[in-house]
Amino acid sequence: MTTLSPGRRPLRLRGPVGGRPPFGRPGRPAFGRRPRLDWALCAAAVALCLLGAVLVWSATRPRLVAAGEDPQAYLKRQIANVVVGLALMTALALSGHGALRAWTAPLYALSCLGLVAVLTPLGMTVNGSQSWLGLGGLRVQPSEFAKLALVLGLAAVLGDPPDGGRRPRGPQVLLALGLAAVPLGLVMLQPDLGTFTILAVTAGCMLVVAGVRWRWIALLALAGAAAAAAAWWLELLRPHQVQRLLTFTDPAADPQGAGYNAAQALVTVGSGGLFGRGLFQGDQTGGRFVPEQHTDFVFTVAGEELGFAGTMLILLLLWIVLRRGLRVAGRAASPYGTLAAAGIVCWLAVQTFVNVGMVVGLAPVVGVPLPFVSYGGSSVAVCLAAVGVLAAIHRQDAHRL
Amino acid sequence: MRSLSRRPSPFRLLLVHVLVTSLFLVLACRLWQVQILDGDRYAGAAAAEHVRRITLPAVRGRIVDDRGRPLVRNRTAMTVTVDRAALGRLPDDGRAVLERLARVLGRPRAELSGRLRICGPETGRPCWAGSPYEPIPVAEGVAERTALQIVERPEDFPGVAAVPQPVREYPQGGLAAHLLGYLAPDDTPGRGAGGTSLVGRDGLEASYEADLSGRAGSREIVVDSTGQVLRTLREQRPQAGATLVTSIDAKVQAVVEKALERAVERARGRGAPADSAAAVVLDVRTGRVVAMAGHPSYDPDVWTGGIAQDDYERLTGAGHGSPLVPRAIQGQWPPASTWKVVSTAAAVADGHDFHGRYDCSGSYRIGDRSFRNFGGVAHGTMDLHRALVVSCDTIFYRFAHEMWREDERSGRPAEPVQRMARAFGFGAPTGVDLPGEAAGRVPDRAWKRSWWERTRERTCADARTGYPETARTDPARAAYLKAIAAENCTHGHVWTAGDTANLSIGQGDVLVTPLQLARAYAALANGGTLYSPRVGKALVDADGRVVRTITPPATGRLPVSGRTLSAIREALADVPRSGTAAAAFAGFPFDELPVAGKTGTAEAYGEKDTSWFASFAPADEPRFAVVVVVSEGGSGGEAAAPAAREIWSGIYGLEGRRAALPGGRLSARLPDLTREAR
Repeated sequence: MTTLSPGRRPLRLRGPVGGRPPFGRPGRPAFGRRPRLDWALCAAAVALCLLGAVLVWSATRPRLVAAGEDPQAYLKRQIANVVVGLALMTALALSGHGALRAWTAPLYALSCLGLVAVLTPLGMTVNGSQSWLGLGGLRVQPSEFAKLALVLGLAAVLGDPPDGGRRPRGPQVLLALGLAAVPLGLVMLQPDLGTFTILAVTAGCMLVVAGVRWRWIALLALAGAAAAAAAWWLELLRPHQVQRLLTFTDPAADPQGAGYNAAQALVTVGSGGLFGRGLFQGDQTGGRFVPEQHTDFVFTVAGEELGFAGTMLILLLLWIVLRRGLRVAGRAASPYGTLAAAGIVCWLAVQTFVNVGMVVGLAPVVGVPLPFVSYGGSSVAVCLAAVGVLAAIHRQDAHRL
Repeated sequence: MRSLSRRPSPFRLLLVHVLVTSLFLVLACRLWQVQILDGDRYAGAAAAEHVRRITLPAVRGRIVDDRGRPLVRNRTAMTVTVDRAALGRLPDDGRAVLERLARVLGRPRAELSGRLRICGPETGRPCWAGSPYEPIPVAEGVAERTALQIVERPEDFPGVAAVPQPVREYPQGGLAAHLLGYLAPDDTPGRGAGGTSLVGRDGLEASYEADLSGRAGSREIVVDSTGQVLRTLREQRPQAGATLVTSIDAKVQAVVEKALERAVERARGRGAPADSAAAVVLDVRTGRVVAMAGHPSYDPDVWTGGIAQDDYERLTGAGHGSPLVPRAIQGQWPPASTWKVVSTAAAVADGHDFHGRYDCSGSYRIGDRSFRNFGGVAHGTMDLHRALVVSCDTIFYRFAHEMWREDERSGRPAEPVQRMARAFGFGAPTGVDLPGEAAGRVPDRAWKRSWWERTRERTCADARTGYPETARTDPARAAYLKAIAAENCTHGHVWTAGDTANLSIGQGDVLVTPLQLARAYAALANGGTLYSPRVGKALVDADGRVVRTITPPATGRLPVSGRTLSAIREALADVPRSGTAAAAFAGFPFDELPVAGKTGTAEAYGEKDTSWFASFAPADEPRFAVVVVVSEGGSGGEAAAPAAREIWSGIYGLEGRRAALPGGRLSARLPDLTREAR
C-alpha cells in the first residue's frame, strides 16, 4: 500500500490522560490491539472550538453590555454548542464503517427534507436567505448538515464500484450527480450562494478523487460553467447576491452599502498588525463596526485583537485538522473511507478559504461560517461530527492494519 | 491485491493536498500583506472610524470697565443640538422628529432643517460649516423648561440633545455697544470648527480676539458604530480667555450716552434732522478713552444666538440710521471752528503774535469772492485770545490768504496749516485699539489734484448736461451746481486762496473724526503730548494674573511752544463763560469746574449745520477732554455744547447730579476681578 506520509508517526497526546491510555501507548504504534484516536486531529478541532468561543465572546460582549444583557450569553450558548458537537463527534468516532453507512441514507434524506422545510413557512429568512428552521427554541441550519450528508452519500456511491473496477462507472457517476443535484438545487432556492459553492466544489473534488475520467470531469466543469453563465444572464440570482458579487469586483464602488461589510472587515483585520490590540481591546470590535462579527466575520476579531499571530494560529490549527484528515484519507482501508475523508477535507478547506477570503477581500461576501470557530450550533456540531467521521475512519483503518 | 487495485489513485489524492496547501498559502500571504505590510494604513483607517476629535471651546474672556464692572460676560444658555447621523438612521430621515422638535421649540421646521444643511458652494444660508458628525446647534437660548421636555423624552427625540453653552451677556444693556463690538460665526476658510466657533467681528471683541478667545482644548474619544462614546483617549483642557479691563467707566459712559440721546432729541425738537451724534471722553494725561459713544446705537443682545435676518437689516440699513456704525471713530465731518486751535497755532508758528491786534471785519475779500464772518458781524480789532472766544473768521481768512500767497510765491508750498493739522494728528487714523477707524482728511494741493483727476470725467459731464433731475424741482440749485461743476471741470485741480481760507476755519474738504478731535484737544490740554488712544487697559487671566498691560503710546508732540498752548487754553476757558458757548453754559458752576472749550458749526450746502463742541477741564489743570458732535443738529452752541455741559456735570457731579467720577478721579490700580463671579 502507499501512503502519502511514509515514515511519519501520528502525533499523539501523552501526559494529560494519565495512567489510562486507552487508545495507544507512547513510542509504538498500537497495531490492532486497541482502537486508536487521532489525538492531534481532535486536539486541533477542540482548540479551534474553544478559541472560537472566546472570539465569539469578544465580538458579542459589547452589544450585550450595551443592551444591558448578560455579557456572557453568547459564550455560554457557544460552549453548549461545542459540548453537543463533542458528544456527536465521540459517538461517530466510536461507530464503525457499517454504522456510518447505515446512517448515511437517513442522514441524507433528513437533510434534504430539512432543506425542503426551510423553503416552507417553517423556514426563517436571515440576511436575504431562507436558511434556518425554527424547531421550538432551537434554530437549525439544514444546509450545514447537508454538507456532511452529501460527503457521506457520495462516498457510499462512488466508493463501491459494483464490478470491483478501479473507477466508478457511468451509472455510479450519474447516481452521484443525482445525489449532489438535490441539495444543490434546494440550497440554490434559499438562495445560499456560499453553501452552494462549497457543496459543488466538494462534490467535484470527490469525483476527482474517486477516479472519474478526466474528460467526464472536464465535461462536467464546462456544464457547470454554462449553468452559471445561464443563471447570471437569466437573472436567477437575488438582487443582494448580484450586488455582493459586483461589489467584490470593485469594493470601493459603494463603501456604505454592499461593500460596507467587506471594507469594514478588511480595515478591522488590517488594524491588528503583528500581535493585535489584545483580547477584548479591539476598538473596531468593541465599537461594533463589523456586522455579523460573531458568525461569518468572526475571523476579524482574531485579526484585530490577536493580530497576524492570531490569524496564523487559527489557520495553523485548521491546517492541522485538514492535514490529519488527508492522512486518514491516504491510509483508509477502503475507498469509501478515503473518499469520505477527502470529501470532508475538501469541504472544510473550501469553506475556510471562502470565509477567510471574504474577510480579507479575496472572495465575495457570500456568508459562510468559519469551520469550528464561527458562532452557530449547526455549524459547530457538523464540523465536530465531521471530525468524528474522520476519527472513525482512522480507527477502522487501524483495526484493519 | 484486489482491494489495493480498488483504492483511489494516490495521484488524485495528491491533487487535494496541493489544493489545500495552495489555498492556505494564498490566505497566509494575503494576511501578511493586509496585517503586516499594510497594517499601519488599516490601523489609521480604523482609528479614523472609531476615534473622534471633539473641540472643547474655551470660555471667552469678559470685558470689564475701569472699576471691574462687567460690560460683557458669559451666561449659560440651553442650546438644542441635532445629530444628523442619528436622524439619517431613521426610516423617514428624521422628518417626524424635526416636526416634533419644531413644535416644541415654536420655530418653523424649515428653519431647523436649514440649519442642518451642510454648507457647500451651492448651499444657501443658514447652513452648517462644521463637521457633519458633530451635533449641530439648531436653537440657542432655549428656555429651561423646553429643554427639559426634549431631554426627558429621548424616544420622541432621537439624536436631539440640549446642552448648556456659554453665550455673551450684556449686564449693562446696550451700554457701549459700539465699543464692545460683537461676535459672529467664524467663516474663515480653513478654520476647522466652522460654525461652532464665534469670533469677534467688531469693536474690542475683534481687536482683542486673540486674548479674549482663549485656547480651545480638544478631546479624542473612541466611539462605536452608532456614535456612542466608549472612552476618552486623551484630553487637552481648554484655556479660558483673558478678561479685558478697559479704561471705560461705565457710569461716565452712561452719562455720555444719555447726553447724546437728549441732544439728538432736543435738536429734533428744534426741527433739525440730527441724524447722528457722537461723543468721546479722553483722559488727557494718559490718552486713555474714558467713554466713547455714537448715536444711533443698538442692543448687542440681538447678536446672541445668531442674528435674525430682519434684525440684521435693521442694523445695517441706511433707512434705520445705520446703528452699527461707530460714529465716534468712523463718522467724519468738517471740524468747523473747533479747528481754529490748529489755525491759531499755525499762525503763531508763522510769526503772528498771539497778543497782536487784528481786525475782525465783517467780511474778507479774496479775489472776486467775499468771505463773510460768521453771521456777517464785524467785531473790531482784537488779539487771538478774543478771536477764539468770539470765533472770528475773518482774522483767520487773512492769515490763510497771506500763507497762501507766500506758498504761491515760494514755488515750494510749505502749507503751514496742513502741516500743523497733521502734527495735531489729523488726516491719519489715531491708532486706537478699535477696528475700522476712519482717517479723516487734511486737504492740500496734492490731494486736490488727485481728487480732480479721479472725478474730472464726471464733473465735466455734469458741467455739460447740468442736473436735469434737480432742475425739474429746484432750478436755482441745479444752476448753482452746474456752475460749480463747470468751474471744477476746468480749474478743479488748482489749490486756491479760497481753499486755504476755508481750511483755516475748518470748512470745505477737511474731515475729522470725533476721536481725532478729542485727542488733539487732549494734546492741547496736556501740554503737547499726542497719544494714540487706547480703550483696553490690561488683560487679566482667569487666575487674576495680569497678562499684559496696555498703555497708550505717545505718538508725537505738538510743534507749539508751551506759552502758545497755555495762551490758547486760556482763550478756550473764556468760551463757555463769555464766548460762543456762553448761552449753553449759562449758570454753570465754573468755580467748581472751569471748563474750556470751542464750539464749531460746520456748514454744508443744502444741509443743516453740524454742531461741534470740543472741550477740556479743569481749564487750569486739565484731566479730561470731551468732544461732542451732533450731525445736522444746528450751531455748536446750540446742540453740542449743552450735551458737553451735561457730560461735565455728570462726571463731576455738578448742578445737582450725582458724580460718575467724584472729583474726576480715576482709579490708578486695576480692579480686583476675583470678587466678581463669572
